[in-house]
Amino acid sequence: MTTGIGARVKRKEDKRFITGKGKYTDDVRMENQAYAAFVRSPVAHANVKSIDKSAALEMEGVVDVLDGHQLTGDGIGNIICGWAVTSKDGTPMKMGAWSALATQKVRYVGDAVAVVIADTQQQARLAAEAVEVEYEELPVVAFADKALEKGAPQIHDEAEGNLIYDWEIGDEAKADAGLAAAKHITEMVITNNRLSPNPMEPRSAVATYDEAEEHYTLYTTSQNPHVARLVLSAFYNVAPEHKLRVIAPDVGGGFGAKIYIYPEEITCLWASMKTNRSVKWTADRSEAFITDAHGRDHISTAKMGFDESGKITGFKVDTIANLGAYMSLFSSSVPTYLYATLLSGQYDIQNLHANVRAVYTNTVPVDAYRGAGRPEACYLIERMMETAAREMGMKPSELRAKNFVREFPHETPVIMTYDSGDFDANLAQAEAAADVAGFAKRKEEAAKRGKLRGLGYSCYIEACGIAPSAAVGGLGAGVGLWESAEVRVNPVGTIEILTGSHSHGQGHETTFAQIVAERFDLPIDNVSIVHGDTDKVQFGMGTYGSRSGAVGMSAIVKAMDKVEAKVRKIAAHQLEASEDDIVIEGGEVKVAGTDKALGWHEIGLAAYTAHNLPPDMEPGLKESAFYDPSNFTFPAGTYICEVEVDPDTGVTEVVQFTASDDFGTIINPMIVEGQVHGGLAQGIGQAMLEQVIYDEDGQLITGSYMDYTMPRAADLPNFSVHHASTVCPGNPLGMKGCGEAGAIGSPPAVINAITDAIGNNDLAMPATPQNVWNALQAASAAQAAE
Amino acid sequence: MYPTKYLKASSLDEAVKALGASDEAKVLAGGQTLLPTMKQHLAAPTDLVDVRGIDGMVGVSVSGGTLTIGAATTHAEVARSAEVQGHTPALASLAAGIGDPAVRHAGTIGGSVANNDPAADYPAALLALGATVVTSKREIAAEDFFDGLFTTALDEDEIITAVKFPKVEAAGYGKFPQPASLFALVGVFVAKTGDGVRVTVTGAGEDGVFRSEPLEAALLADFSEASAKGADVPAEGLMSDIHGAAAYRAHLIKVMAARAIAAAS
Repeated sequence: MTTGIGARVKRKEDKRFITGKGKYTDDVRMENQAYAAFVRSPVAHANVKSIDKSAALEMEGVVDVLDGHQLTGDGIGNIICGWAVTSKDGTPMKMGAWSALATQKVRYVGDAVAVVIADTQQQARLAAEAVEVEYEELPVVAFADKALEKGAPQIHDEAEGNLIYDWEIGDEAKADAGLAAAKHITEMVITNNRLSPNPMEPRSAVATYDEAEEHYTLYTTSQNPHVARLVLSAFYNVAPEHKLRVIAPDVGGGFGAKIYIYPEEITCLWASMKTNRSVKWTADRSEAFITDAHGRDHISTAKMGFDESGKITGFKVDTIANLGAYMSLFSSSVPTYLYATLLSGQYDIQNLHANVRAVYTNTVPVDAYRGAGRPEACYLIERMMETAAREMGMKPSELRAKNFVREFPHETPVIMTYDSGDFDANLAQAEAAADVAGFAKRKEEAAKRGKLRGLGYSCYIEACGIAPSAAVGGLGAGVGLWESAEVRVNPVGTIEILTGSHSHGQGHETTFAQIVAERFDLPIDNVSIVHGDTDKVQFGMGTYGSRSGAVGMSAIVKAMDKVEAKVRKIAAHQLEASEDDIVIEGGEVKVAGTDKALGWHEIGLAAYTAHNLPPDMEPGLKESAFYDPSNFTFPAGTYICEVEVDPDTGVTEVVQFTASDDFGTIINPMIVEGQVHGGLAQGIGQAMLEQVIYDEDGQLITGSYMDYTMPRAADLPNFSVHHASTVCPGNPLGMKGCGEAGAIGSPPAVINAITDAIGNNDLAMPATPQNVWNALQAASAAQAAE
Repeated sequence: MYPTKYLKASSLDEAVKALGASDEAKVLAGGQTLLPTMKQHLAAPTDLVDVRGIDGMVGVSVSGGTLTIGAATTHAEVARSAEVQGHTPALASLAAGIGDPAVRHAGTIGGSVANNDPAADYPAALLALGATVVTSKREIAAEDFFDGLFTTALDEDEIITAVKFPKVEAAGYGKFPQPASLFALVGVFVAKTGDGVRVTVTGAGEDGVFRSEPLEAALLADFSEASAKGADVPAEGLMSDIHGAAAYRAHLIKVMAARAIAAAS
């Protein structure tokens, strides 16, 4: 079988994408369509004294100018955070009110205060500039550590001292005792830089209100259209669910930023009702920088203790997480349950404690971004391990191997139960592929060219397949995290899969079809995947957290189990055989060991004609399933990065990057490699290039590609990607997930390599030429002082 | 973008007249700075006068040792021009390193020079090579032309038609690109002439392109990479931003000067 599990099938969806035939939200043109342009705050913190719409209302093409008082007056609800985190003193998190259009106060540059609806986008934008808003400026705090200082500007009345929660996990007394017993302690202050997600397609929405039916349709750039409909309906009171259709057509990248339901989508829906026009809004890149939820932004202090042999005796972490000006949909869970629960890494650590304080600042809201919490954990642990190895004079691989978890299931002190893995195998495979043995020679050769060559490791583990619904419910999640599927076998035998997952670059139309082609031994072209439309597809939870394989495909497998059972019954009945003797292969349903067979299409036809079905069998061949995972899955691996630093300029070249991943079962190796390549590009981007920078006034300095550096092809080497897999015992296909691993595992490997090259462990991301050069100067000054 | 009127001028006279007829008219020579600025509503010219279709505005010629590049010649055309490569190879390689391919196939030498972005590459070349800016009114020596950030000696209704470069003994350009924009964080152009050595710096100066006296003195004494690296380049007067503090820029000026010498021919 060349198109089943394990086959490098070319992506079915690529023909339309690479020929420009994809249909994105901004391609949607409705009759009677108007355009929205938002009036946004130019200051980071201010009271809104007045909004004068008169000049804008007079302008050509303007349909209406709407503000937050009208919005809340119509009963549109505040934007919520869907995961309740409880502080260690038992108090609930302190969530400040967030209205889609601010009424009294603006809290970051870009906060929307009004919207102009006009006949053309140009007219709407010009009129938005003519809306006069009087702001009474307030003191600003843009940085997480400053927000916690005494006397810092108060951003929300609900959160005193800007503290949203003060949360902990693990056993502090045990961690302290473990550190007290340590022979060596490594202590570091580690920052995780703030990032802008930058999907290629900016966010967009087209909302239409049908007055006769009292029904709304929203086309939008969403990773989870059903979740969007649920939240828009249940919390924002836009319309009841059966009166609201959400369609996420082709979506050009999400990376987390398109999980959430933003003020713009809510406003477009409401404005379509107010104006009785279809209302379209598409962000330009500048708007994306100041409205798409940012990622990461942690400051951590960490202490790790070791005994003489290098065994970890205790690990303590104190983290401040910047959540921006408002709590975005899953913001609370990212620095807690998606971060601190992974702080045990690949290691057997008995004594571990983490404390996390989440704070408000006058910046764009921060939420999940590719990896979401796990990159922050991985970066922290893996920089600690590499630095500790250097301090103790051990080989970094040796120190890690000394502490590897080798028995599964393994319960960590931070509530995760690792189900499988072979960390030694990934380490060995990566070291062999990276020719670590030959590194010393390469370093010597580089030195002759005046370059500093360095080698860095990262042994990552992450949690995917989010998540067992009851477990996350117990931790405060507002939703269940199962997935749904429906398998429709048509009367002619072709198959449609309706999935609650959503593809925005992941290649579901190909991989999902592959597991169906494999199961029923049919041509892959006979299978199509339907997703992204709440009117077509049953309720589903969408795509994020590398869950579409482990959870989404498992739901399809469950539905296929039911289809197969019915197919066997029909065949056994018609062929007068036992169900157990039925085999499905080569487009036929056969009786094993005989020449009795029916074509697959004949089974379909039999199910729908219903002329000769077993007694009491319902006609039709369509089954659905909901799959709720029993555990997270745990992709893991070793990444090894090799760099050359030019000491004259600080310019760093990644000369070699080797990955050995354990993703469990792989459906399409080409797509998986593509996911790893993309993840590595984003991880190397975070490590070396990308950083959102605010000034003290809360103005975004990196508001365009003139200052925010995205990775380019020339910044990246040819990746050396390998797999050493163990099967995941938790789901029917044995899959673990591959979407985020590259972005999670790579940043520490890069920084460990650069710090190795320059002989200074004190280097923060991004390792821009200037930062590397400064660290080099500090290293040589320290050397001179010795 | 605010509404604007577009005129594709077919003669220099027509273009000059159109420029003079409005206070808010701008020359469109490539648009690689102007158009993004207009899209961001940071510029709002009432009229755009496109000079690229005017006879003689595009092309490269060499006559009597002087290289003449038409003002509307794109960076890509300069980069691949055999005449430029033969006359001043450093100029061709400078053009090849501007922005990205899309920018190089639209942006022009005249547009770059007239805009005088403090991080643009061409101003460093003109000033170091002792070029002459030819306009609709007169000829202006490069040293009299650049006048601080985004400011030049051009009158409101004056249009650059060509830039003339004399032949020098050796020239080289060392550029350290700002990682995001690919403009020069520091660009150093070194030219050795019969009269001495000229070293110009772009990307780093608070007032735009400038000549580096300490480097010129060092290289006059010893035209070598070591001499450039050993020069005493002060950080005073240099820009500081998120991509490079003044001290880092000062250091890069020496390194880029050395690379310019290594590349010089």
